[in-house]
Amino acid sequence: MEVLRIATSGSVDDGKSTLIGRLLYDTNSIPQDKMEALHAASKRKGLDFTDLSLLTDGLVAEREQGITIDVAHIYFSTPTRKYIIADTPGHVEYTRNMVTGASNAQVSLILIDARKGIVEQTFRHFFIASLLRIPYLVVCVNKMDLVEYSEARFNQIVEEFQQLLQNASFKAQDVAFIPVSSLYGENVATSNGAINWYQGPTLLDYLEQVQFDHADSVHPARFPIQSVIRPRTTEYHDFRGFAGKVASGHFSIGDEVISLPSGQKSKIKTIEQFEKQLDTARARESVVITLEDEIDSSRGNMLVKTDAQPQQLKEIAAQICWMDAQPLTPGKTYLLQHGINRVKAKVQQINYVIDVTSYQQTTDKTSMGLNDIGKITVKTASPVLADPYSVNPANGAFILIDEFNNTTVAVGFIE
Amino acid sequence: MTNQINWEFPQALEDEAIYILRETAAQFEKPVLLFSGGKDSITLVRLAQKAFYPGKIPFALLHVDTGHNFPETIQFRDWLVDNLGLDIIVRNVQDSINQGKVQEETGKYASRNALQTVTLLDAIEEGKFDACIGGARRDEEKARAKERIFSVRDEFGQWNAKMQRPELFDILNGKINIGENVRVFPISNWTELDVWNYIRREKLEIPSIYFAHEREIIERDGLYWPYSEYLNTTAEEVPYRQKVRFRTVGDMTCTAAVISDADKLEDIIAEIMEAKISERGARIDDKRSEAAMEKRKQAGYF
Repeated sequence: MEVLRIATSGSVDDGKSTLIGRLLYDTNSIPQDKMEALHAASKRKGLDFTDLSLLTDGLVAEREQGITIDVAHIYFSTPTRKYIIADTPGHVEYTRNMVTGASNAQVSLILIDARKGIVEQTFRHFFIASLLRIPYLVVCVNKMDLVEYSEARFNQIVEEFQQLLQNASFKAQDVAFIPVSSLYGENVATSNGAINWYQGPTLLDYLEQVQFDHADSVHPARFPIQSVIRPRTTEYHDFRGFAGKVASGHFSIGDEVISLPSGQKSKIKTIEQFEKQLDTARARESVVITLEDEIDSSRGNMLVKTDAQPQQLKEIAAQICWMDAQPLTPGKTYLLQHGINRVKAKVQQINYVIDVTSYQQTTDKTSMGLNDIGKITVKTASPVLADPYSVNPANGAFILIDEFNNTTVAVGFIE
Repeated sequence: MTNQINWEFPQALEDEAIYILRETAAQFEKPVLLFSGGKDSITLVRLAQKAFYPGKIPFALLHVDTGHNFPETIQFRDWLVDNLGLDIIVRNVQDSINQGKVQEETGKYASRNALQTVTLLDAIEEGKFDACIGGARRDEEKARAKERIFSVRDEFGQWNAKMQRPELFDILNGKINIGENVRVFPISNWTELDVWNYIRREKLEIPSIYFAHEREIIERDGLYWPYSEYLNTTAEEVPYRQKVRFRTVGDMTCTAAVISDADKLEDIIAEIMEAKISERGARIDDKRSEAAMEKRKQAGYF
């Protein structure tokens, strides 16, 4: 069974939580006791309807303020697919959480309030979906009930949104528009006929047919070594296997591989998954690989195929999103973690900070603050085995870690 | 839409969990696997076995025994440890009580659920564990839905929901400051059904109380409580025999039973799919308030 990961973004009050609640409700994913708790909680709040948004806002502060602060993960499944929704906050001050939630998504779901049309936050959400190169973007024009299900209004918003697409940095994104009313469940899981001018799929139908073609398997083969397994038992006395998860591409028995950075070559002898022997390991599979020759490789090294090697970067140009309250200061050293590998890094320069609504670049910035997005240049203490994010996302992103408090302060996308 | 049963386990979840376990072993000096004897921690043991095969699991199991466990759970625990040749550390809540660190609750709702946090934190400190691997899942409860995979706890075991580190792609940052430790949740993205389908696919043994069996129960607050010497009952609460099973394995004092005839894994899964009560709906410890779980997590509860 496939797992489809969706990131939702919306502004305050555009009904994102209600939409998710509706999706769960209409797919029978809410158990009765949760439903009863929901009725009771809605009643306590003086509402005369069941507030489905109460399902997803999990923290006390969130329930008090009626907003979403952190990423919440919500699960539901249909007979064909398992879905994971990363429900992310829409407020500008939580942009970093939005990037976090979106980082694993194959589908980005953007909500627009039909009455308000495109607002400042729509720009930000779209910018992030583009920056992260999320393959599918579905724009739900919500609260259609409040604009009398007007086709003209829907078309107007679609047109406005298409203006945005002109500026997109990721042209290959597949974009769809769906008119919905999450309060009444129109075009969420079913269509009840209120929007008869719309012939397209409901949101759920759309999600069910999304073809996420494991693009990673056509990308260059990358196998970062997590650890070396050497049991040294009588049975496995000479066993020496490299444990890891295929980041992208695929590896088969007999493939000639090169271990980086050492450059030693060998051939794949076996690919193992517990007691099972495989012929091929594909993207995102966790396996153990053994080689024909005894070569010196350990955690942090990478097995790749000889004909498609990554760059070995000591100077990295990258778009980043700054995620810490303490601003980025050029000249300061951080730890750069690319995949499982950590190296010391010094930020040399802030090339620009970009305004996500106007795409205006400011080049004279001396620091970057929380939620700022821009381009920087970083120098690393040892080479990073990476691909440009646009070529191979699975091997093109990194995080920056503050050396003093160990927190994650930025995410970067290598150019 | 009807609830058709999908018996297929999403393989991507196992690959993800194995990756997380390998990162945990590599990034931390002394990880430990928190073992309760429930299906989620049994799943974790299986994943750990696979992650390091043909090597040994490079960390021990830690079981905080409240003393109110179902005897079937303890029997199962001992069998599993023996069968797989695992290392296990057992710490007892009774010792924390004897040391005067915690006080036994009184009244008919008395349980040792809240008390075990102290025993757990003491065991973490004593063992100098910098990573505790747990079987919590985000679909269980809404505060857990916000939990990271590597979740940093301070010296007092506290979870600060508002200060969580961003977690991006599959990049796991296990760097911590002195005194801090990390709770690791490899099966964060699994649902209850995923766990059952995995147990079925892997043909894993589980404690017998998950299957329908006859036992003495009492009715209280619309739930079926297992009758035992640890449960404080009133005169009106008369135990009677009934065929039941348990959907989660907690203490005998805070885990309610469901009436069931399901004695095969397939029947259990079918029952879950049709169930009208959520998994933790039978956990009396969660019912104390809407924010019960969030509050316990802030205090260091697992």
